[in-house]
Amino acid sequence: MLTSILISVGFLLACGLILAALLVLAEKKILNYGTCHIHINNGKKTLDVEGGSSLLNSLAEQNIFIPSACGGRGTCAYCKLKVNEGGGSISPVEEPYLSPEERQEHVRLSCQVKVRRDLSIEIPDDLFSVRRFHAKVARKRALTHDIVELRLALVEPTTIEFEAGQYIQLESAEYKGHEAVMRGYSISSVPSDKTHLELIIRLVPDGICSTWVVQHLKEGANITLSGPYGHFHLSDTTAPIICIAGGSGMAPIWSILRDMKEKGLNRPATYFFGALTQRDLFFLDEFKQLAKECPWFTFVPALSKEPADSSWQGERGLITEVVDRHFPDTSQHEAYLCGSPGMIDAAIAVLKKNGMPEANIFYDKF
Amino acid sequence: MELSQMSLFASCVLIFVSATFTDNILMARFLGMCSCLGVSKKVDTSLGLGLAVMFVTAVTAALNYLVYQYMLVPLHLEYLKLIIFIVVIAAFTQLVEMIIERTSEKLYNSLGIFLPLITVNCAILGISLFMLNKPYSFWQAFAFGLGGGLGWFLAIALIGGIREKINESALPKGLEGPGITLIIIGIMALGFVGFSGMIKI
Repeated sequence: MLTSILISVGFLLACGLILAALLVLAEKKILNYGTCHIHINNGKKTLDVEGGSSLLNSLAEQNIFIPSACGGRGTCAYCKLKVNEGGGSISPVEEPYLSPEERQEHVRLSCQVKVRRDLSIEIPDDLFSVRRFHAKVARKRALTHDIVELRLALVEPTTIEFEAGQYIQLESAEYKGHEAVMRGYSISSVPSDKTHLELIIRLVPDGICSTWVVQHLKEGANITLSGPYGHFHLSDTTAPIICIAGGSGMAPIWSILRDMKEKGLNRPATYFFGALTQRDLFFLDEFKQLAKECPWFTFVPALSKEPADSSWQGERGLITEVVDRHFPDTSQHEAYLCGSPGMIDAAIAVLKKNGMPEANIFYDKF
Repeated sequence: MELSQMSLFASCVLIFVSATFTDNILMARFLGMCSCLGVSKKVDTSLGLGLAVMFVTAVTAALNYLVYQYMLVPLHLEYLKLIIFIVVIAAFTQLVEMIIERTSEKLYNSLGIFLPLITVNCAILGISLFMLNKPYSFWQAFAFGLGGGLGWFLAIALIGGIREKINESALPKGLEGPGITLIIIGIMALGFVGFSGMIKI
């Protein structure tokens, strides 16, 4: 009895071990691609990597972080980049995510492209400075009934360099059957504070990441993010500025205005803060304080759905109407807009009607 | 006529045909259903997975036959066949995946992603186990594996063809996806019942 148990266990073990050893050996022998060169942006930079793993992981090992939310399974399609040479044919996993135009331009999902030979790829320049950060939630507070502010203390790496107006990608954890996702949020803190980041996040109904942040994330929790991304930042002209943003769209504007104050820029700036009713307003005291300290800054909060008989003393009406009233001539101004596509398109229409050249309008749609 | 009275070649052909049609692994035994439901949306992916399954089934049937006859039987460890067969199939598919990846990227791109699916395809394990029910010789076992694989290939190719033609969005919501597929498979299985009794071995 005992011997037969021993024989069967021994046989199973031996079988498993032999097959596993065979596979390991085979992997070493068969899938050995040697060192491959990745040429980035027409030879601006060349990386030497060990062949065999995905392009996404090979780049991450070299500290180039392509946005990716699904962990390389080919389901989020965030990690698209141009692979001009050596990418091989498009795999069935990628097919549903690539439009005919993208195929023509050799766009691929970098998590599905395996480094088998020398590659020539194109990456947007600003991704070179993107890093992945581990951070702790230092403070979480409600600003309105559906907007929270997060203050994150960076743990590893400990400092970040960014321009006011840029955004980061927050990685949510898995919860209640939702998989981990990545969502972009503008930074609301100032660039001079290199060890902390602040974000303003609105609870989107059924939003995976915002629901996680608002309802599940606790102070002291660990969090992962990558950044900075984006081209939304102050131009270096001296033109007077019109900022228009509502709700959590305030984040980049709040950062830009305080950055201007710190740098001692005296460009005239007006911020139109659009909201529905008084309960959707926040940071009123902070902005009034900023307006008191900086003579160049004007703060205009405006409510569109406030009941006519309420105590509200400020501007009323759609934010675009309020802008129209304040600036009938915008030909000399620059505009910075942040918010929903609908709001931004409406604002652009008004600004252009009043004479602003399209090149002077900068916006961040989300 | 009994199998033992036939020539080896004739018996192999007979076993092959019966495994393909009368004993179709998907239609008569309903094995390998999960990957069939998952991948049969389009003809070309169905063909890809079907080909890969056919290849792996035939080779692993032969491999498992050798393992069984020359290792498990002499050691009186027949009861380990289930677990050993699974391990052999898994290792073999991994190996094949590596070889395909290295030798033909084109084939790897069309077949490669299906190979991990095959590792746990019960049709393949089923064929390896069913072949032990009959006193087959090595070549007969191989013919049984090849025929079983071809049967699965035919079935999924047909289902893929029908599913591609069906406009799923015109169906009632409850029937979409696996619902209508199972109905298709059921009706097709009735068709395959027509083959039963054609060959008795």
